[in-house]
Amino acid sequence: MTLLAAPGENAALLKAAVAGRSLWDDARRRLFRNKAAVASMIILGFLTFMAIFGPLLWVHDFDTIYNDRVMIAPTAENWHIFGTDPQGRDLFVRLLYGLRMSLAVGLVATGVSLIIGVLWGATAGYIGGRVDQIMMRIVDVLYALPFIFFVIILMVVFGRNLILIFVAIGAVEWLTMARIVRGQTISLRKKEFVEAAEAAGVTSGGIVTRHIVPNVLGPVVVYVTLTIPAVILTESFLSFLGLGVQEPMTSLGNLISIGAREMEIAPWLLIFPAATMMITLFCFNFIGDGLRDAIDPKDR
Amino acid sequence: MFAYTVRRILVAIPTMLVIIAVAFFMMRLAPGSPFDTERALAPEIRAQLMAYYGFDKPLFFQFLDFLKGLVTFDLGPSLIYKDQTVSEIIGSGFPVSIVVGLSALVLATCIGIPLGLIAALKQNTGPDYTIMAIAMAGICIPSLVVGPILSLVFGVYLGWLPTAGLELGRMTIPTLMLPVITLSLAQIAIISRLVRSSAVEVLRSNFVRTARAKGLPEIHVLTKHALRAALLPLVSYLGPACAGLITGSVVVETVFQLPGIGKNFVTSALQRDYPVVMAVVVLYAGLIILLNLLADLAYGLLDPKVKYE
Repeated sequence: MTLLAAPGENAALLKAAVAGRSLWDDARRRLFRNKAAVASMIILGFLTFMAIFGPLLWVHDFDTIYNDRVMIAPTAENWHIFGTDPQGRDLFVRLLYGLRMSLAVGLVATGVSLIIGVLWGATAGYIGGRVDQIMMRIVDVLYALPFIFFVIILMVVFGRNLILIFVAIGAVEWLTMARIVRGQTISLRKKEFVEAAEAAGVTSGGIVTRHIVPNVLGPVVVYVTLTIPAVILTESFLSFLGLGVQEPMTSLGNLISIGAREMEIAPWLLIFPAATMMITLFCFNFIGDGLRDAIDPKDR
Repeated sequence: MFAYTVRRILVAIPTMLVIIAVAFFMMRLAPGSPFDTERALAPEIRAQLMAYYGFDKPLFFQFLDFLKGLVTFDLGPSLIYKDQTVSEIIGSGFPVSIVVGLSALVLATCIGIPLGLIAALKQNTGPDYTIMAIAMAGICIPSLVVGPILSLVFGVYLGWLPTAGLELGRMTIPTLMLPVITLSLAQIAIISRLVRSSAVEVLRSNFVRTARAKGLPEIHVLTKHALRAALLPLVSYLGPACAGLITGSVVVETVFQLPGIGKNFVTSALQRDYPVVMAVVVLYAGLIILLNLLADLAYGLLDPKVKYE
């Protein structure tokens, strides 16, 4: 910055210097430089669009049964571009529905785990002392319960339905979230910049909103992006055991388990759902890793 | 350290009790019963059955009975397979799961640690990117996809390895190969990522810089100083991971038709075979607590900064 510049320009430069770049601006910049993450966002956006609007535009319906076209290989004839399944239904449109279901399960269950986990962890970390001890002991106990047992019981108590799958998975995934948030909250309260803010006379409300929340948010956002693929995997695992989404609705895991049964005679039934699932999981993981590097660049 | 261990065990007892109680009451409060067969039973027969198994008592007394059975290691017969006791079912399934799970864990650590270390040493270069890409694939490709594909390629097309038919007492390396590989792939991925990130941090730390500044040969810096610290986070991961693998991966046991405990558990839970389900829950919870304790103790041996008070 030079003093010889015109006064107006000088003021503009000064303003720019004062405005600076926030933590999140920096993170966004770093994220958009990460090619894998950007490519993943584009692919995921496309997949999501297809999952939501694709079935509306497609010529077949997900539960229409064509008795004369059972398990035919991918063909351009009659628009069965991904072939048909053992009941004679179009695989392409079922795949879109399955993807939609898996994405929905991923988002909603992660949302459930986010709400429970953040509230639980922040409360424990913020109050501390005995309350913290008791709350975290409850988390420890739940950690030692076999997860599948949990889900089966929930399925039995409330009957098998979709919302239950969402809630059941979310109710299991919140444990790690609670631990992360608690750890962050505790370590942040002892950090120098929080002490500095206290010394500078910032109110405790100000400290929480300006310093604690943005810093807890980083790891939470990263963990959320990595929880979504974990949830999608869990749902597929449940479907594989016959505990997931019920026919004629479908999910990626459900399609894969059908494909695994028929793979020797109809490999396309396994290949397309498995590929879709892997691409989806890859995208979420790349975005998660990209976010982690962007928000907390200490590993790079 | 002895006092610490004793105190941890004392804390574990109430924890176990709470876990058992939660599992017991959740299972019992759920609708349905093991006597729900396709043909409805006459009410008198049903009542007799309930009385025989003690299900007519108040739930709390049933819980006490169960605890008594647990302490004496006698959980009675299975409700579904009437000729087998719970101990027999667990005794036949558990060894299979232990062998498969432990082999997978050993394989995963033997491959995962070197991969993670190489990636950390060659950070942000070709080998690092390659290894991390492989690890990402290991995380993203679920075992329910890997299992069928492996068994199709190596079992059916190439005919190199048997794809099923593992029985207790007939566990040979060929029959174990495919399930163990399937189970270990995801673990290799997780372990190598974990080791890489902790090694990257350690290699930048002050004590490694000091060791280098003293002029130690690089190999000494790595083996004597960096390695131990880099492997610490792995120790706490391996505890719970080990419990999970030992109690069986349901998917792998289903795909390869292994008579393991994970599969037992799911079928028993669906059929409301209460004693078997409870036995597996107790076993799993006990293993997690035990392995976590062992992991913490190992952590203390490896990290001189940790003090047990």
